[in-house]
Amino acid sequence: MAATDKTVPSGKLLLEVVTPDKLLVSEYVDQISAPGTEGDFGVLPGHCHFLTTLRIGELHYRIGEAEHYMSVLWGFADVTPHKVTILAEIAEKAEDIDVERAQSAVAQAEERLERGGLPSEVEEARVSLEKARLRQKVAERLQKQGHA
Amino acid sequence: MPSLQSLRRKIASVKNTQKITKAMKMVAAAKLKRAQDRILSSRPYAHRLREVVRHLAERASRFCHPLLHKREGRTTELLVITSDRGLCGAFNANILRQAAEFLKEHAERGERVSVSVAGRKGCDFFRRRTWTIRQEWPGIFDRLSFEHALDMGQDIIQHYNDGTFDQLYVVYNEFKSVMQQRVVVEKLLPIESLAEEAAREPAMAVGAYLFEPDEHELLETLLPKHFQVQAFRVLLESAAAEQAARMTAMDGATRNAGELIQKVTLFYNKTRQAAITKELMDIVGGAEALK
Repeated sequence: MAATDKTVPSGKLLLEVVTPDKLLVSEYVDQISAPGTEGDFGVLPGHCHFLTTLRIGELHYRIGEAEHYMSVLWGFADVTPHKVTILAEIAEKAEDIDVERAQSAVAQAEERLERGGLPSEVEEARVSLEKARLRQKVAERLQKQGHA
Repeated sequence: MPSLQSLRRKIASVKNTQKITKAMKMVAAAKLKRAQDRILSSRPYAHRLREVVRHLAERASRFCHPLLHKREGRTTELLVITSDRGLCGAFNANILRQAAEFLKEHAERGERVSVSVAGRKGCDFFRRRTWTIRQEWPGIFDRLSFEHALDMGQDIIQHYNDGTFDQLYVVYNEFKSVMQQRVVVEKLLPIESLAEEAAREPAMAVGAYLFEPDEHELLETLLPKHFQVQAFRVLLESAAAEQAARMTAMDGATRNAGELIQKVTLFYNKTRQAAITKELMDIVGGAEALK
């Protein structure tokens, strides 16, 4: 571990986002903010050791002037002074999200939620609505950026 | 003496079979490639997760989690990973033989045993046997994803926590190389390796660690996750091994079909030649007689 710490240029953080399927991001970044279960948190280089679980939310990181957004659904964040590892069950970069699909997923989830049913079904619908809304939000961020 | 027509039919039919086995071999090769890639790409996650769990275990060793703790009970569960489809050589036979041996051995030691099975072949096998099937997951290998491992992990951990069984072993085909698959039996629960590792490396504290929520709760979510990742790894290994076994089996079948075609064609030509010769002899004989 110490070896990887040394290779990180000073003033930078190594961000790694891994899902069970692949290593999604492995980059040197300047700043990160992530959705912890007990509140969002920001990380700058030199942060103290920190381990937390993540909820459904938006991960944001900055390299120089470039802003990047991702959706992360559950997982863990392991923060050391030079490295942040995000282990997420599902994670998507904003540019990989299909906006139309996200929108239709929101509509579908809303409909299911309205229809009601067993408590477990309602809970399921609520979670998928949250997921769909998040994906929509993240994708729209990118669009706005593109127009600006 | 078979007729010429029946020989021709035989040749045509073996040729068709050969086409199919050849195609299956190529499909298996393509799927194997994909399965291998998946094993590779799932490694970073497993690796990082291990690191995180170690970080936590180093500092939270005073917490004893049920998943790490050895229990006195004598109930053993065996998770058997087979394939959904056949035509893959001795792949399933090997696994099932090993599984049956394992169960017999543990039953003789006075343990209560149960099985949970992944893959249709294993389900079919155990349904016809006397062992109790606690859970089965048929038909997951066509579109294997992490969700399957998630499902499996949740179910198993819940039953482990409820005390349905006290230890869990898994038997599966490990993917060593394309030509080699090895049947392995591994102990998955309780997670002993981690506990040992944590004990061996006592807190090399690099300053305080912040935990959110607290250590215990983190362990509570991390350990099941660790188990699920293990389950996923086992499933991926088995899927790759299955394709490799199928590829080898189909390669052999194609070669055998080739040999058979050669043999029958030779016989066919000989028979044809004999028939022609006989006909000529008849004509010559007839002409001789007219003189």
